Amino acid sequence: METFIAQLLNGLSLGSIYALIALGYTMVYGIIQLINFAHGEVLMIGAFAGFYAITKLKLNFFLALIFAMVVSALLGIIIELAAYRPLRNSPRLAALITAIGVSLFLQNGGLVVFGADYVSFPQAVNKVTYKLLGGSVTVTSHQILILIVTIVMMLVLQYIVLKTKTGKAMRAVSFDKDAALLMGINVDSVISITFAIGSALAAVAGVLLGMYYQTIYPLMGTMPGLKAFVAAVLGGIGIIPGAMAGGFLLGIIETFVSGYWSTTYRDVVVFGLLIVILIVKPAGLLGKDTREKV
Amino acid sequence: MKHKNILIGILLIALYLAVYAAIGTGLIAPYYQVNLYLMGINIIAAVSLNLIVGFTGQLALGHAGFMAVGAYVSAVLTLKLGQPFLPAILAGAVCAFVIGIIIGLPTLRLTGDYLAIATLGFGEIIRGLLVNIDYVGGAAGINGIPKLTNWTWLYLFTLLTVFSIKNFVNSTHGRACIAIRDNELAAETMGINTTYYKVLAFSIGAFFAGIAGALYAHYFFLIQPATFSFMKSFDALVMVVFGGLGSITGSIIAAMAVTFMNAALINFGSLRMIIYALLLVIIMVFRPQGLMGTKEFTLKHLFRVKEGGSS
Repeated sequence: METFIAQLLNGLSLGSIYALIALGYTMVYGIIQLINFAHGEVLMIGAFAGFYAITKLKLNFFLALIFAMVVSALLGIIIELAAYRPLRNSPRLAALITAIGVSLFLQNGGLVVFGADYVSFPQAVNKVTYKLLGGSVTVTSHQILILIVTIVMMLVLQYIVLKTKTGKAMRAVSFDKDAALLMGINVDSVISITFAIGSALAAVAGVLLGMYYQTIYPLMGTMPGLKAFVAAVLGGIGIIPGAMAGGFLLGIIETFVSGYWSTTYRDVVVFGLLIVILIVKPAGLLGKDTREKV
Repeated sequence: MKHKNILIGILLIALYLAVYAAIGTGLIAPYYQVNLYLMGINIIAAVSLNLIVGFTGQLALGHAGFMAVGAYVSAVLTLKLGQPFLPAILAGAVCAFVIGIIIGLPTLRLTGDYLAIATLGFGEIIRGLLVNIDYVGGAAGINGIPKLTNWTWLYLFTLLTVFSIKNFVNSTHGRACIAIRDNELAAETMGINTTYYKVLAFSIGAFFAGIAGALYAHYFFLIQPATFSFMKSFDALVMVVFGGLGSITGSIIAAMAVTFMNAALINFGSLRMIIYALLLVIIMVFRPQGLMGTKEFTLKHLFRVKEGGSS
């Protein structure tokens, strides 16, 4: 029972990071139907921005987080402007290959600029270990912080999407781009804002990942990026609550597989799950089945 | 038409003999030999991927997974079970073919992005499984595979791949695949069994990827699950995109050029990948159909010879 609770807590903190990344995927997919393969790399840049903000600019954790979000948001806007916007009306294949190209460009750019070594992420927040249930289950302050930051971010996102004018515009564009254009919505700037928000969330995930694993490196974004995509598909791509649910679920599944079975089978299980979901319910857990119209 | 075929045949034999003699007399230094072999293997990988991505229009990102299957099966057969080379290559290719069907049947019902991510997932699953099988050395891989790939085998299999895929593309089946690429819905309306042809193209591509993997394993005598990572799939994709989605000769030229560039930029490491990635984005932005598009490079272009009669 104790291991079960410990694994569950671990899974929740890892899952909340996945959920943050998955949100970015799902928002971008919802609005321009593109898998933004570069999302994992935006996360990596965010993590490094946070790292430099803490070590070089001597900012505290929360200011560093905001700094990382701003840097990543700008990066997201630039990527969309330079690489995706010219391809908006070309075949999907071209856009997808471009996304892979951008991802590799950032990865290898990171290797050149930051070096290939693992960098230890500064402990900007003191790590305090709390004992629960008579000392058999431990919770660290980092786990709690990760969970709180994630929930706050999700609430903010829900507020933006559901209550603000920008959010309304985003929902309109994702529902029907042409109709939104006719209603006087500036589709280009809405897409830019979506990229900015998604990338800012990725930066938060990057900083939290740095805290979770205590190291960062230029290729850190690839695997979490892919897995978060699995999470987004799991919950139903394009659906914001789906990405949250999928992220938490995937994090818990992953920690349970490594805890109770084997770490080397972890990735096999995650990707196997993706295939099963795609075959059984391609719309995702929270998605509605839509029949293809001929 | 006949004359042209004879001419191509003579040229191909001459190329084979010239390189054979050059290797035999030591005219090609060992370092360049490695790249020559890589060129052949890359041509096989790129042309077979082009059948899936370029001709059938299905973005598959798991090509390295099929290469891994071919490499591992053939290496186990020659090294552990003492079988001859040719059956080992064919067994590796057939295994890749069968796995291609198994993977293709469920996933090819998905379109575009989902297919890309599903095949990427499968590539990772194959790699993850190989890490967990102790019989094939786990993460350390198989070492000491006999070096059986020589110029003759390489040349034969490269030709076999190119001509099989060329003939496939020019057949009824190939035209069905191209129709699916151009408009899946219209193709289906015309009575083309889209799932059948997509799986067919996918598994044929997998078959030849298996051959490429087997040749790779028996030249570099060490294979590890990490050898066949996503980057290897990406390398093949780069060649297909550079050469042109739907151009066999384009893939061949791109495979040779990329291998050559790799060798030339070997000391630049990450910078090389940055250049690739940038080129990929630039080509996609300005020329989404690839450098050659769907055009083929033919002798006619080369010599500007007017052909008599119907071609």
